[in-house]
Amino acid sequence: MIETRTLPTRYVTHPGEIKTSSGKTLRTDEMIINMGPQHPSTHGVLRLEVVLDGEIVVDVIPHIGYLHRCFEKHAEHMTNYQQVIPYCDRMDYLASMNNDWGYALAIERLMKIEVPPRVEYIRVIMAELQRIASHLIAIGTYGIDMGAFTPFLWCFRDRERILDLFEMTCGARLLYNYIWVGGLSHDLPTGFVEKAKAFCAYFKPNIKELNDVLSYNEIFVKRTANVGVLPADVAINYACSGPMLRASGVNFDLRRDDPYGVYDKFEWEVVVGKGEMGTVGDCWDRYMVRVREMEQSVRIIEQALAQLPEGNVQAAIPKRIRPDAGEIYVRTESPRGELGFYVVSDGSGTPYRIKARSPAFVNLSVLPEISRGCMLADLVAIVGSIDIVLGEVDR
Amino acid sequence: MTTEEIVQLLQSRCGNAIVEAKLEVPQPFVVVDSRRMREVAFVLRDEEALQFDYCSCVSGVDYNDGRLGAIYHLYSTIHRHKIVLKAFCTKENPHIQSVTAVWGGANWHEREAYDLLGIIFDAHPDLRRILLPYDWEGYPLRKDYKVPEFYNGMKVPY
Amino acid sequence: MGLLDQRFEKSNVLVTSLEGLLNWARLSSLWQMQFGLACCAIEMMAASASNFDIMRFGVIPRATPRQADVMIVSGTVTLKMASRIKRLYDQMAEPRYVISMGSCSNCGGPYWEHGYHVLKGVDRVIPVDVYVPGCPPRPEALLEGIMKLQEKVRKESVVKKKSA
Repeated sequence: MIETRTLPTRYVTHPGEIKTSSGKTLRTDEMIINMGPQHPSTHGVLRLEVVLDGEIVVDVIPHIGYLHRCFEKHAEHMTNYQQVIPYCDRMDYLASMNNDWGYALAIERLMKIEVPPRVEYIRVIMAELQRIASHLIAIGTYGIDMGAFTPFLWCFRDRERILDLFEMTCGARLLYNYIWVGGLSHDLPTGFVEKAKAFCAYFKPNIKELNDVLSYNEIFVKRTANVGVLPADVAINYACSGPMLRASGVNFDLRRDDPYGVYDKFEWEVVVGKGEMGTVGDCWDRYMVRVREMEQSVRIIEQALAQLPEGNVQAAIPKRIRPDAGEIYVRTESPRGELGFYVVSDGSGTPYRIKARSPAFVNLSVLPEISRGCMLADLVAIVGSIDIVLGEVDR
Repeated sequence: MTTEEIVQLLQSRCGNAIVEAKLEVPQPFVVVDSRRMREVAFVLRDEEALQFDYCSCVSGVDYNDGRLGAIYHLYSTIHRHKIVLKAFCTKENPHIQSVTAVWGGANWHEREAYDLLGIIFDAHPDLRRILLPYDWEGYPLRKDYKVPEFYNGMKVPY
Repeated sequence: MGLLDQRFEKSNVLVTSLEGLLNWARLSSLWQMQFGLACCAIEMMAASASNFDIMRFGVIPRATPRQADVMIVSGTVTLKMASRIKRLYDQMAEPRYVISMGSCSNCGGPYWEHGYHVLKGVDRVIPVDVYVPGCPPRPEALLEGIMKLQEKVRKESVVKKKSA
């Protein structure tokens, strides 16, 4: 049986002076160490300036912007609202379907466009498949940060099957440009529904395998339980969202609480962290919320495949989209949290201002709060559990 | 609470810090005096009936007529209602009071608005560039921005 | 099995040129510097995973530039990152090679027109040996890029100066 620690980990730093046995006083100083931007464990080009007292972290200052690709400036120069969608893909490149859907939903709500019901169901299927794929990478890379190489290979093997499904549909493995304003770019090919059902049947026992190997592994639990505890009120104050917020015990999911799509037609549960292995809101909780969300996603996909209606996949909208002057803010639940798009239109065919509120950007800002007092190896565990994608953080 | 009730409660608590309220649009908003943002923000967060504890997003906009604006999208996880705040300033005097003391989530969003648009948030604990390099000149998302020819010896345009 | 396994009956002396031997050794074990920037990094990770398996080409990820032979620049190079890439390239020991993977590091990619912070091609700061096109390139395309680099290494010479 795995013993769990009862107290959150906060190590005590040395006092500024140490008295030696001969009565002399030695002064100790803090070191400033740079982690990144090229580092195997920072999940991308993130630079962490860590102020260390020996091995204990006194402060962390994240420096971002190494992947700032001027998404918002590009959006202002596009001649059509549909042309922004490939740039939306590339923001959070692990969850392209969710990005596209968030943006398409914003424009559709601004222009009050109704999409056909078949489109809604296919969007849900694609978004949930993408959520599984994104969580698989989060889990696999988290395992490899902790030193477990095998789950990384298993996660990528399962993810390849999801990418096969996506490639069948729209031809691309990673950046799809599939969900357009008013519908989709292609209909589902023949054989997709059977293959997706086969994938769901194949994937469910794999989650149990993952739990046996990684989730309840004693080394993994000891490295992640009681580490980086994020209390619920701090999480809400810092506007954390997604699995980070739910792991701290807050029962809030945009798919249910700020509804969009047809999620209300399915039976599924919102996964909340309970502090099984340590404190509520530690790294293990954040990891386990993602594993359990994958199970819920499989449930949703099976129900959506069974209820899929017929119809066409494009609403009757003009090729050149021209919303009236106005603005709107729409948020959707991406695998990392609340992805929001604030769109300002001036009545012409070119967007005036598009701001993407990315969940990883806001989730990363809480890193200094939760990592004071931990050790450097714990910092790696905390950064991995936030599940950042630098393309989205820097846009 | 409906938006009218929220606006009425705000106006009764904050008086003339609320400059204007526009309710007929799909997402109603309240324009706040840019020098009294923090007072209004504390009322929004701490008042029993309002309790806007979640600051979703702070966006900066350049309105191309000499004005810059900061738009705040707030949400209450307790009462499940939303509100939009707007604060305006001019390009010559781009100062808006920061709300970082009220909502920690606004911290990095305000830094980004400063970085890309040049809006200076007064009383922000750490106002420096976040996405662009620290020695970058200019504010790219302004409508009159010109892309530099070279940066540190590297050619910028294609 | 291997190139030399159970091929020889009588003699056990092999003769080759020094260049042939060196080049064969270098191309069979191109150790990669673990360096992913953006979306192409995910395809690079997928290439290292079981389905495509870049390790059968001898390419192992190493965390530090001192132990690496090839740097695969996968993803968009921004102006903020460019000086760090130059520094990492300078820290690699010779012989060193660079594969530019993806449109963004080839020429700026989809961000070529209005990207004020994007470096239009990593070959503006470091010399590149192989360009792999795609956005993102499939893992098979990256494997072909590695094979092209292997052909390039096979033709190298110890006495002739390598064009920088």
